[in-house]
Amino acid sequence: MSTEERTITQVVEASIKRRYAREKRFRLYGLIAILASLSFLAMLITTITYRGLPAFTQTFIKLDVTLDQQTLGVNDQPDIAELRKANYSGTIKNSLLTLFPDVKKRNDKKALYKLVSKGGQYELQRLVIEDPELVGDTISVWLPVGDDVNSYLKGSIDASLPEKKRRFKDNQIEWLKTLESNDQIAQRFNKTFFERGDSREPEMAGIKGALFGSVLTLMVTLILSFPIAVAAAVYLEEFAPKNRWTDLIEVNINNLAAVPSIVFGLLGLAVFINFFHLPRSAPVVGGLVLSLMTLPTIIISSRAALKSVPPSIRDAALGLGASRLQVVFHHVLPLAMPGILTGTIIGMAQALGETAPLLMIGMVAFIVDVPTAVTDPATVLPVQIFQWADLPEKGFVEKTSAAIMVLLGFLVMMNALAVYLRKKFERKW
Amino acid sequence: MNNTVTDTDQIASINIDQDKPHEQTVEEIVASLGDTVGETRVDNPKMSCTGVDVFYADKQAIFGVDLDIGENEVISMIGPSGCGKSTLLRCLNRMNDTIPICKVTGKLTLDGDDIYDKKTDPVLLRARVGMVFQKPNPFPKSIYENVAYGPRLHGLSRNKADLDDIVVTSLKKASIFDEVKDRLDQPGTGLSGGQQQRLCIARTIACSPEVILMDEPCSALDPIATAKIEELIDELRENYSIAIVTHSMQQAARVSQRTAYFHLGKLVEVGKTDDIFTNPRHELTENYITGRFG
Ligand SMILES: Nc1ncnc2c1ncn2[C@@H]1O[C@H](COP(=O)(O)OP(=O)(O)OP(=O)(O)O)[C@@H](O)[C@H]1O
Ligand SMILES: [Mg+2]
Repeated sequence: MSTEERTITQVVEASIKRRYAREKRFRLYGLIAILASLSFLAMLITTITYRGLPAFTQTFIKLDVTLDQQTLGVNDQPDIAELRKANYSGTIKNSLLTLFPDVKKRNDKKALYKLVSKGGQYELQRLVIEDPELVGDTISVWLPVGDDVNSYLKGSIDASLPEKKRRFKDNQIEWLKTLESNDQIAQRFNKTFFERGDSREPEMAGIKGALFGSVLTLMVTLILSFPIAVAAAVYLEEFAPKNRWTDLIEVNINNLAAVPSIVFGLLGLAVFINFFHLPRSAPVVGGLVLSLMTLPTIIISSRAALKSVPPSIRDAALGLGASRLQVVFHHVLPLAMPGILTGTIIGMAQALGETAPLLMIGMVAFIVDVPTAVTDPATVLPVQIFQWADLPEKGFVEKTSAAIMVLLGFLVMMNALAVYLRKKFERKW
Repeated sequence: MNNTVTDTDQIASINIDQDKPHEQTVEEIVASLGDTVGETRVDNPKMSCTGVDVFYADKQAIFGVDLDIGENEVISMIGPSGCGKSTLLRCLNRMNDTIPICKVTGKLTLDGDDIYDKKTDPVLLRARVGMVFQKPNPFPKSIYENVAYGPRLHGLSRNKADLDDIVVTSLKKASIFDEVKDRLDQPGTGLSGGQQQRLCIARTIACSPEVILMDEPCSALDPIATAKIEELIDELRENYSIAIVTHSMQQAARVSQRTAYFHLGKLVEVGKTDDIFTNPRHELTENYITGRFG
């Protein structure tokens, strides 16, 4: 009972030092936590950028290709179908052989051909179909190099290893040096990556298919889930009588938000594909499944946003003779909009990163064509990343990181949009 | 340590001692109050309540109130906190409909028509019976929009010039026009508390209601703003009927012609303001206005 002898001020003074110390310590912990998460983020971004950046450049080789009828195997007036089937790789091989006439052995020839990507023939095919007059001419084109050349030039094949142990052989290095000295090798921005869909050849694989797939899927998700979720939230919050049924619905919505996403995938498979016979692998089904998943998220955040609108605003409008619907649409909804939008963007961001349910409905298929409609077969960014991450070629390793960068870029853009919209709708009280 | 124990003991015993005479239930106390003292009826009633009971779930908040609000009169409602003044006021324009647990029985009329009748549209009723709330609650919109909202809702203006006119007259009537005429396009929430309250009054009169209900409109205002609003109430009386809830006896005495005193949900006494304040007939009223209670 020594405290009784001290005055109140003394007691407070003694404790206040401890209180300040505690506060200081707490702030320090907070700072450390923030620094730790920042450094993790920085680590993540640097490794992904470091690994992914090479994917944005590609090596090209300049070849004079003679598109003679004989090699192509087409007649005088070839139609499109014929031009499509023509033997373009033969013309590329010929052109390589003219460059290096000394190569005679079968194995050596094979190694030589590997300098140019298989995608080279598609490039030629595209050029010729665009302008069939080219048949018979000799054209000078830049074609993508093969994966091994790319890897070698980007330093991921160690030239000091014994020849047997590496994929890129001495003679190939020799040829490459000759080509380089003739200025026939150049590094360029990898347009292919943004212009094409998936491919078995890493140098021809692009992100456009998955990107479009994601955009289409998210569009379907947004169009379906936003109005439904907002309507549900408004009804539950503003109109529904508070009774056991609405309580039950509320509990169920909260539970739905916690259901693992793969379950929604199974449901989508059973209902949308097997029962309604919607096309497999299509963004429309992906969008439907992801809507199921985002609905509870948007409903919950919309309800919270609606709840946070002060009741005095409702009273004011009602007191002036507004109907309940007018109160909602003139006052409550606009005021809740920033919160609703935030919830929507969070839901959308979740949907964008979702893989598991989409695997269930077949969006994991190998799809080369870029989808243009919601019923086209498509894949999405995270599934594409998942697929590429599984492939052993060096080219795909960097593609994986590059795809992650595209996905993150997409996310950042969505968030920026959210911030912009929020600022636009926000009003001062 | 010992000290604190005895302290709480003492507090507890005090509480118990105090509680003993109050062991009656609210219902018993209300029953013991007897009938309302004074004239509940007027010659030309605008609104009238007959046997109004209000329940929040199982709890009764208003006990059989009979009261008239006359044409062109200001009636003030006074009484201790929690005695049901706001509750009764909110019954008069059916704002209680928004509280699911609230149940109103008895008869309330506006110009002789039952306002709780199935056929009565609460939206229309609220256009005729406007309300100013205790806490200023302007919309987070421009000052102009705040005032123009009601007329727009009810289609009171034919064109923009008409609407402008309504807005300006309403602001002038609420004696706030001079303070805001340069910033009609700025948010109403950016005004001071007193200005906001006057804006809310302007917003209410812009709908040209027939009755205005005011729930402690001056509780957040300084004496100058209060004086302005009291002046305004006096002017408004020419065209409207006004019911005002207030905690200030002086205000009730200044602005109202009649005064109603409530206690625990029961209308104890009602009569001419002068009579109530100079010559209260019920003991509770006397205690309250002389400051011995509440
Ligand atoms: N929404 C509500 N739900 C339940 N009970 C309520 C509700 N509103 C008011 N009450 C109760 O009804 C009684 C009367 O409340 P009311 O708000 O009408 O009092 P008041 O006279 O306006 O008081 P004050 O002067 O403090 O504003 C109180 O006992 C209160 O607890
Ligand atoms: Mg009140």
